[in-house]
Amino acid sequence: MSWLYDFHGGIHPPQHKDAATGSPIQALPLPPQLHIALAQSVGNAARPTVAVGQHVRKGETLAEPDGRLSAAVHAPTSGTITAIGPHPFAHPSGLPVDTVTLQPDGLDEWQPRQPLDWQQADAATLRQHLQAMGVVGLGGAVFPTHLKLAAGKLATLVVNGAECEPFISCDDLLMRERAAGIVDGIRIAAHALQAGEVLIGIEDNKPQAIAAMQAACAGTAYRVVSIPTKYPSGGAKQLIRILTGIEVPHGIRATDLGVQCLNVGTLYAIAHAVLHGEPLLSRIVTVTGAVARAANYEVAIGTPLAWLLQQAGMSDPNADVIMGGPMMGITLPDLAAGLPKAGNCLIAKNAALFPPRPAEQACIRCGDCASVCPAELQPMDLFWFAKSRQFGKAQERHLFDCIECGACSYVCPSQIPLVDYYRFAKSEIWAAERDKKSASLARQRHEFRQFRIERDKSEKAARVAARAAEQAAKLANQTASPVPAPAATGMDDAKKAAIAAALARAAAQKEAKPLSEQHTSGLDDAKQAAIQAAMARAAARKAAAEAAKAGDAANPDSTATATPAQTGMDDAKRAAIEAAMARAAARKAAAEAAKAGDAANPDSTATATPAQTGMDDAKRAAIEAAMARAAARKAVAEAKKDAAS
Amino acid sequence: MSIHATHIARPVTVSRVMLKVLAALLPGIAVSVYCFGPGVLVQLLLATVTALAAEAAVLRLRQRPVAPALADLSAVVTAWLLALSMPPLGAWWMIVLATLFAIVLGKQLYGGLGNNPFNPAMVGFAVMIVSFPAQMAAWGTPLAALDAAAQLQWIFTHTLPAGSSLDAISSATPLDVLKTGLLQGGQDASQLLQQPRFGHWGNAGGEWVALAWALGGLWLWQQKLIPWRTPLAMLAGVLAVSLPLWLWQPAQYASPLFHLLNGATLLAAGFIVTDPVSGSTTPLGRLIFGFLVGVLVVVIRVFGGFPDAVAFAVLIMNMAVPFIDQTTQPRVFGRKGGRHA
Repeated sequence: MSWLYDFHGGIHPPQHKDAATGSPIQALPLPPQLHIALAQSVGNAARPTVAVGQHVRKGETLAEPDGRLSAAVHAPTSGTITAIGPHPFAHPSGLPVDTVTLQPDGLDEWQPRQPLDWQQADAATLRQHLQAMGVVGLGGAVFPTHLKLAAGKLATLVVNGAECEPFISCDDLLMRERAAGIVDGIRIAAHALQAGEVLIGIEDNKPQAIAAMQAACAGTAYRVVSIPTKYPSGGAKQLIRILTGIEVPHGIRATDLGVQCLNVGTLYAIAHAVLHGEPLLSRIVTVTGAVARAANYEVAIGTPLAWLLQQAGMSDPNADVIMGGPMMGITLPDLAAGLPKAGNCLIAKNAALFPPRPAEQACIRCGDCASVCPAELQPMDLFWFAKSRQFGKAQERHLFDCIECGACSYVCPSQIPLVDYYRFAKSEIWAAERDKKSASLARQRHEFRQFRIERDKSEKAARVAARAAEQAAKLANQTASPVPAPAATGMDDAKKAAIAAALARAAAQKEAKPLSEQHTSGLDDAKQAAIQAAMARAAARKAAAEAAKAGDAANPDSTATATPAQTGMDDAKRAAIEAAMARAAARKAAAEAAKAGDAANPDSTATATPAQTGMDDAKRAAIEAAMARAAARKAVAEAKKDAAS
Repeated sequence: MSIHATHIARPVTVSRVMLKVLAALLPGIAVSVYCFGPGVLVQLLLATVTALAAEAAVLRLRQRPVAPALADLSAVVTAWLLALSMPPLGAWWMIVLATLFAIVLGKQLYGGLGNNPFNPAMVGFAVMIVSFPAQMAAWGTPLAALDAAAQLQWIFTHTLPAGSSLDAISSATPLDVLKTGLLQGGQDASQLLQQPRFGHWGNAGGEWVALAWALGGLWLWQQKLIPWRTPLAMLAGVLAVSLPLWLWQPAQYASPLFHLLNGATLLAAGFIVTDPVSGSTTPLGRLIFGFLVGVLVVVIRVFGGFPDAVAFAVLIMNMAVPFIDQTTQPRVFGRKGGRHA
């Protein structure tokens, strides 16, 4: 027997599991319509690949994954697509999401299924297959499974059969009845992850499931471990702690610590997808609470929840329904939604099972919440900070380590819905961060615009200066050789040239100055540095080109005008000197720009490539890179043009 | 529709918690009444009425709902703790004044239940012992032959029926007697403690009251309403100072047992340092808070100017609570100290 670890805190709420575990998994007829939402996993919603009116067969892809974090969505049965568009969704916000509505034709006719030879296939092929089969975590988090199989050489694969929340028993029944399928899934996952050992954690309130799993694991090295019943032992971090002693901190991937956790339902779905080529089309759902036929049902994804509850004999059609467990589940805003892959349990509420919570009272700092918190936080302090909007302090006290298990809310004698306060604080912090990001993006755009206006202005000035210098040179030549022309005109033109040179110099200085300012202003953001590097490079190139041109234009003049009229010579000399100064300034600017560019360049390439922080960052980085590229291109083109002209 | 993240809750309320605290006080109250007479009940009644009236009045002024706050019974707990700390035969205005200070100044002016940095009962007690030291020191003589009518007459009119002498109904507390005796010189502690006032264990009659408080505290712990850390740490603090002193100079210093059974030591251990609102909340913080209260109790009793010290010790440590909590934050799951720092 392996040594079991304990995690801090935890609670023992009434189980209420018996109501649904008395009967085997129930099959249901097909509903009249299926509403298959395209957002079936974390990450982007899948992109529909079917059209309204199209006939699809069972298992046909309705939508393909959009990005790494996304998984495909399939037709749970054969039929006709009648609509694609916003439809109510099982989310507390009540916001509709894009949904494919399928009218079953009753034939339940499969498309050709293609199993995967998993023992021959490499890991990448297996992951691709699972993504295409729409396999996501069925424990409730719907994290795409192909990403969880991305690690290689794992010390321990933890199989989650704990099912610690009251009322829910879908995993229990699945283990009782389909243990062999789960073990097939374990075999595939353990192979893909090269897992050293496999530990299957099941709470000791499920003796039948434990026995079934033990029987199915006979002859394998997989170990079924009976763990003490305590909420939230089924949390991935808690179960990993119980079975291996490893604590996975917030923000660290379990695989980095050599351990991965997969739910039994997910493993069963993996086995089906790989061995039979069957996408994730249905799942086991516990329907319980105030219903006449509380049981576990095998339900097609997309089945309207109202219809499902009606099948189970919900007495009060207006009753609130919880999706998930009573600890972490959500109250469904609209029962017209189709069953999502996350839907492990539906509980119809009534006053007997869910007496209304007494009014919230003042926190008396009794510390009961701290003594049950599995994340070992001080919930009463977090509550105080959230309530007084001291979000920074809440973050310092590790607000984001909170797994929102609700143990604190459950024990609070003041009946404070603590998790609601933490979610509020978290969303306020997220909103503030979003605002900060968009503000900095706006600032960068504004700065780039300012730079562009400035650049256009100085370019114009430079062109004028160049033209004037040319004219001055011509005039000076004219006045020098043939006729001793009126000194006034020669002098005038030379003066013009001098002015133009001064303008060019000023422009060059202007370019150089903001650059040095940018140096001192402390650029923390690599992306910003990238933009500014591009700006600096462009400025330098342009300044250099201008200076060269101005110099070239002025130089011959100065030599040409050296001989003739005294007055003309004086002015021309001054113009030459000034042109030389402008060149020097431009060179300096160029050198600085190069420095800045070098300093920023590695950063800019680095930020452009990984974009691991999420779509927002990636998008922003892309925009910024594009802006930088555009600036650089423009600068180069202009420099060339200037050089050519 | 409720969007509460957690749909079920333990059927516990603050009122129930407070009710259990009141119940845990009953054995001590019973023994007190046996020792000091029905005056104890009069004090409790006066304090309760004053506390509820004051709480209601301030809540009304603050335009807050009155009924739920009164129903949480926290004001009654404060009132009882205060009444049981005061002299059983003190004049009526003393307990009324003390309760007003406790509820208005100690609790409501800070924002009511949950927001008071100081233990309200101890605020009321401290105000009284600083303002009226003589009256606060006049304790009822244990097991004195004074009937209920006479006690009532004394509490409300400050007069006695013919034939009774003041000495019969009011005497200094053992702590006071010892302190005064030692200050006067001539006798050392061991001689002083031979007096009948001290009984066998250092507090004739009073030791049974003290043990009854301990019983109530144990029951609260068994009911998981108070942590073990704070009371045990406080008793350890009392021993940590009194034991070495006593071993060093038994003639000069009273025994640890004397300190445990006298004054409000055991009442404090079960009911006062365990006040969650004004106490420390972290596991280590509770140990530090309790221990230092215990240390201060003996230090002030032995070296300070007041005979008993629980109120001052608790109030001083109340001030230190934010700092203690700040510096004793426990390890968070998965963070430093685990297998993977």
